[in-house]
Amino acid sequence: RCRASGDGKPEKFQPPPKPVIIDKQKQRAERRFLSPEFIPPRGRTDPLKYYMERKDMIQRRKVLNIPEFYVGHVLAVTTADPYANNKSNRFVGICIQRGGRGLGATFVLRNVIEDQGVEICYELYSPRIQAIEVLKLEKRLDDNLMYLRDALPEYSTFDVNMKPVSRLDHEEIPVNKLQVRMKPKPWSKRWERPKYNIKGIKFELPESKMKAAQKWSQPWLEFDMLREYDTSKIEEKIWQEVNEGLKT
Amino acid sequence: FALAPPKLLRSVSHSFLSYASTTGVCRAIQKLTRVRVVDNSALGNTPYHRPPKCIHVYNKTGVGKVGDKILLAIKGEKKKALIVGHKMPGPTMTPRFDSNNVVLIEDNGNPIGTRIKTPIPYILRQREGEFSKVLAIARIFV
Repeated sequence: RCRASGDGKPEKFQPPPKPVIIDKQKQRAERRFLSPEFIPPRGRTDPLKYYMERKDMIQRRKVLNIPEFYVGHVLAVTTADPYANNKSNRFVGICIQRGGRGLGATFVLRNVIEDQGVEICYELYSPRIQAIEVLKLEKRLDDNLMYLRDALPEYSTFDVNMKPVSRLDHEEIPVNKLQVRMKPKPWSKRWERPKYNIKGIKFELPESKMKAAQKWSQPWLEFDMLREYDTSKIEEKIWQEVNEGLKT
Repeated sequence: FALAPPKLLRSVSHSFLSYASTTGVCRAIQKLTRVRVVDNSALGNTPYHRPPKCIHVYNKTGVGKVGDKILLAIKGEKKKALIVGHKMPGPTMTPRFDSNNVVLIEDNGNPIGTRIKTPIPYILRQREGEFSKVLAIARIFV
C-alpha cells in the first residue's frame, strides 16, 4: 500500500486482513446424496420387505462402488457378457432415466453409434455389472430425458473413448441449461404438453400450438393433498441406516 | 432420388392435394412392418419408391425379435432376412435400437452384403452355428 502524499507522522501499521479459510471438505459433508432407489414408494407393503432389500443393497454396494449420479450424467458401464470377447462389454452413454425402487432399480443409458441410436436399460444391483464410472458430471433441467429420442442425434452422441472429466469433490454438480433442438414432428410423445413439464427443449412450434397444448394442463394437481408424499423423515432414517451399514 | 428414412416420410401427398399419414415405426417386427436394411448389399441400398416390408415371420408367434428370420418384400422381390435389432425394449441389459434393423440373407443363411456398419447385439453370438457368417461381417458389437 503506497501513501500518495507523505504524511509526516508514520501511520499505525495495519496488518493485512487474515484470510478466511473455508474448509470446503466440511461444506461438502453437509450435502448428502441418498440414491433414489432407497426411498420406498408409498403403498401398503410391509416395510420389512424394503428393510431386507436395503440390507442386500448395502451388501452389494460394499463390493461394487456405485457412484453418485443423476439423470444427464455420461456413464461407462462394464458388464460381464458370456458372448463378448474378453467376456466383458463396455457401453458409454448418457443416463436418460432412473426407475424402479429397491433391488430392481434400473437406469437407461443412451448413445448414438454409427448413426444408430442405442439404449440399454441396466439394473443397478445386477451381479453382471463389473464397474460403473462417471465420465461427465452434469445435471440437466429435467428428470427424464426421454425426449432425446426425438431430438437431433448430435445431442445423444458421446465418444466411446471419452476420458473422464476431472472434477473436484467439493464443487456442486453443474446444471447444464441446454435447450435441445428437436426433429420435425411427429414425436414419440407430445412433449409440449404440460404433463411432461419439460424445460430442456427449444420448442420451435408456432404460438397457437403451444397455447393449444396448455388445454391439457391440470393446475389443480399441485394442490392435491392426497398425492402428497413427504419423504424427508423417511430419508433421514434411511440415510443413517445406509451410512452405518456402509461403515461396517 | 434418395429414399428418405421412413420416420421423415410421414405424410404422402398426391396430386389431388390430400395428405395421408403413415403410422409410426413398429416396435417389434411382424407382418407389414417397414424395416431398415443395414448391410451394404445392392438390393438393400438402391432406392425404391416403397420401403422394404416384412411379409412373413418364421416363428410360432407372428412377432419377430432379435435372431428371428423373416421374409422381406424389397424392390418387388421376396428375400429372407435376419432381425438384428428392434425398437421394442427387450430383457434388461440388452440393447434397444431406434430403428428396426435387418440383414439380408440367402436361404442357406449366407448374408448377401459384405459389411455391416451398424452395431449388432452380442445376444446373436449365442447361436453362433447358424449366424456365424453374419457375425463375421459385422464390425461393431454392442
